[in-house]
Amino acid sequence: MSSTPTVQSSSYLDAPYGVAAWLLTKDHKRIAMLYLISITIFFAVGGAFAAGIRLELLTPKGDLWTDDMYNKLFTLHGVVMIFFFLIPSIPAVLGNFLLPIMIGTKDLAFPRINLLSWYIYIAGATITLAAVFSGGLDTGWTFYTPYSSAASQTAVSTAAIGVFVTGFSSILTGLNFIVTVHRMRAPGMTWFRLPLFVWAQYATSLVMILGTPVIAITILLVFAERALHLGFFDPNRGGDPVLFQHLFWFYSHPAVYIMILPGMGVMSELVAAVSRKQVFGYSFVAFSSLAIAILGFLVWGHHLFVSSQSIYAGLVFSIITMLVAVPSAVKTFNWAATMYKGSVTWESPTYWVIGFMGLFTIGGLTGLFLATMGLDIHLTDTYFVVAHFHYIMVGGAIMAYMGGLHFWWPKMTGKMYSEAGAKASAILVFVGFNLTFFPQFVLGYMGMPRRYHAYPEEWQVLNVLSSAGASVLALGYLLPAFYFTYSIFKGAKAPANPWGAKGLEWTIPSPPPTFNFDEDPVVTEPAYNYKPGREVHVG
Amino acid sequence: MSSAHITPVRTYVATFVALLILTAITYLVALRDFGVLNTPIALAVAFLKASLVVIFFMGLRHNTPLTKVTAIAGFFWLLILFGITLSDYATRGWLGVPGR
Amino acid sequence: MASGHEHVLPGTHAVAGHGASAHDDHAHHNPNLQHHFYSMEQQLEASTFGMWVFLVTEIMFFGGMFMVYILYRHLYPDAWMHGSNHLDVTLGALNTGVLICSSLTMVLAVRAAQVSSRKGQIVNLILTILFGATFLVVKYFEYAEKFHHNLVPGPHFNAPTAEFPAGIITDPTHDPLHQQLFFSIYFMLTGVHAAHMIVGIGIMLVILAMAIRGKFDASYYTPVEVSGLYWHFVDVVWIFLFPLLYLLGAHVSAAHGG
Repeated sequence: MSSTPTVQSSSYLDAPYGVAAWLLTKDHKRIAMLYLISITIFFAVGGAFAAGIRLELLTPKGDLWTDDMYNKLFTLHGVVMIFFFLIPSIPAVLGNFLLPIMIGTKDLAFPRINLLSWYIYIAGATITLAAVFSGGLDTGWTFYTPYSSAASQTAVSTAAIGVFVTGFSSILTGLNFIVTVHRMRAPGMTWFRLPLFVWAQYATSLVMILGTPVIAITILLVFAERALHLGFFDPNRGGDPVLFQHLFWFYSHPAVYIMILPGMGVMSELVAAVSRKQVFGYSFVAFSSLAIAILGFLVWGHHLFVSSQSIYAGLVFSIITMLVAVPSAVKTFNWAATMYKGSVTWESPTYWVIGFMGLFTIGGLTGLFLATMGLDIHLTDTYFVVAHFHYIMVGGAIMAYMGGLHFWWPKMTGKMYSEAGAKASAILVFVGFNLTFFPQFVLGYMGMPRRYHAYPEEWQVLNVLSSAGASVLALGYLLPAFYFTYSIFKGAKAPANPWGAKGLEWTIPSPPPTFNFDEDPVVTEPAYNYKPGREVHVG
Repeated sequence: MSSAHITPVRTYVATFVALLILTAITYLVALRDFGVLNTPIALAVAFLKASLVVIFFMGLRHNTPLTKVTAIAGFFWLLILFGITLSDYATRGWLGVPGR
Repeated sequence: MASGHEHVLPGTHAVAGHGASAHDDHAHHNPNLQHHFYSMEQQLEASTFGMWVFLVTEIMFFGGMFMVYILYRHLYPDAWMHGSNHLDVTLGALNTGVLICSSLTMVLAVRAAQVSSRKGQIVNLILTILFGATFLVVKYFEYAEKFHHNLVPGPHFNAPTAEFPAGIITDPTHDPLHQQLFFSIYFMLTGVHAAHMIVGIGIMLVILAMAIRGKFDASYYTPVEVSGLYWHFVDVVWIFLFPLLYLLGAHVSAAHGG
């Protein structure tokens, strides 16, 4: 083959040119960018709802919004953030972009299905927005029956269809990833040479495949009960609302692992890169991803502790919930061990890594409080729960997403962003986040219920702190909009490997050409091979 | 296509006939009262019919081990949903706590 | 090892040529090979595996409804038995037979593609579509009868009709309240199943059109195979629906003369 160095040939961004070429693309990298724009818009929408919530909670009286309006605000904050931001975020943006490159192939197994998944996301999002503007939704993101299926006067049916449709976007992404990882790895890319990001995406995809269909049918049943007068969860016809909860949480608990596992995958990549060291206990981290995915399906009853679920079942769910904390802890220890005696530099990704590890640890530990049935009686449906899941979802998953977005931004766009801006953003997010949500642990412990917009006067100080923190947090999230946009127009051109990291993605140009590799790579070394000859070769 | 297994037509027809016979059996069994056994028999026949379709018509026997594991995993995951949910309803009242 | 080559990645070596495999040379010339696959075999295998992964999602999708069925049958066995007695076992059995026939013709269509028989594909695909349509027509008549007898859940459930001035369910031991649950899950299960049949027929029409144009032969029949898997799965769902919905109380009604 010719050995002439390739002149900067067109990247996936330039060719083919035109709007149609983007909207009908089959290139996984372009689809990732389409998702990036879409989910960023919905992050802003979900954030706007959050602003409405925190503004109201500045004062003890429910005086800014009516009860109904407040119910709609927290419901839509949850629905938009979970289904339209968090669940797609890392898989659809970073996963779509990086997975084929990391395993050494040209594209995902089914490129047209990949594009279809984006269009399904847009369809579901449009339908849900229609629900927002045609009556809103006030059932809580959890759609509990019989309120959602009978009593609520809001656009539940429309929203249910919107969520139903969007679920298929998730399913198709997961399907694509599973087939790709099994069937399209480059020669020499054995399972135990895979980057841990790929292991994490694979585990996430298993959860997407096995869980999402159940919420799809459950929300369809709610729609049928409401719109077609069929009876499933209606007590007037002998139906059981707790059955809805079982079906709903069968998916929605594993869903939280859909949201955090990819973040853990990002963490593994970033930790190795900023420490310039092989991830400590690679195979333990890999297997932990699978363990979390599988165990995550066995714990949903911890959302039903006070629902009249049998105590015996509750006991079993409680014990298994404690168990599922173990693989997450294993990963956290291993990341710390990776950084220990590594050559850690304080570049912007490092800030996000440190932030994640601290906040995820707090979130994870507080999960143990909630898993303990006796404690949960006191803490359930209080702000303790709200704080717990925000520490994991925001302090964990969103920090990981931001870290990954920064780390791979030069690769995806070919431009360097402002390090100073990025560090400022990370610090603002960390400070703002803790200020927002740590007071909520205290509030919850003291008994402030969630989903209420009025509260006793003595809790105002903590609520004001929380709202103040939220504005700092918002600023931290707003900053990247500026420096990332600036980087696209005026940023320095990114080299192929700005971080000096290991991994197939750093061996191709920034941004990559359309078909990723000029020649199919054959892999001969383990992942994170920073010190060849020293590593224990696994698998 | 070096790996295509071309199944003979008679195998498919035999499977077809077996499916029709099993359908007749399940229908006839349902007409008689076997007490508590009616349901297990009906389910067993249904599983047998489904297995015939999966193994012969869908050709799972010729697929890779990965595909076979995938098919089985699907059914297994359903059992998790059924089993654990039913274990809630089945164990209510076991620990003597009022209302649970 | 390709030293001096600009694009050799440390820890890898480059492989000349478009694909990594030495055999399957003819694959380069097969216009049906998508660019990211290196052989027709890999493409077929990945597509088959992908369809099975999709079918796993379908198993879980229908599974949610089966869960509802199982729980309420456990809680309200009388309602379930007597509800089932309102269903026409003969039509149900007929439909079961029709779907089994359609599965045979479907697999024969796939086989015809495997042996490059264009006529075989066309005949069997048309038969499959006809069987599928027959199933839906029978279903329509079944549903019409339910509407006619006011067995559709909702405000008119068990309302008086000309034929049954006191409503079709009069015996309180037949648990009319919870029979609404039975009929709800009946309509949901069979309705979602019928929707899958409609989609299946749509897919088969597309495959038929492609088969008529001679697109499939022994070297490329992936879409036929993969669509066939979907079709068979819809049949498998019905194989479970039939006994669970129709045959539940058959021994009771048989003993009492129907």
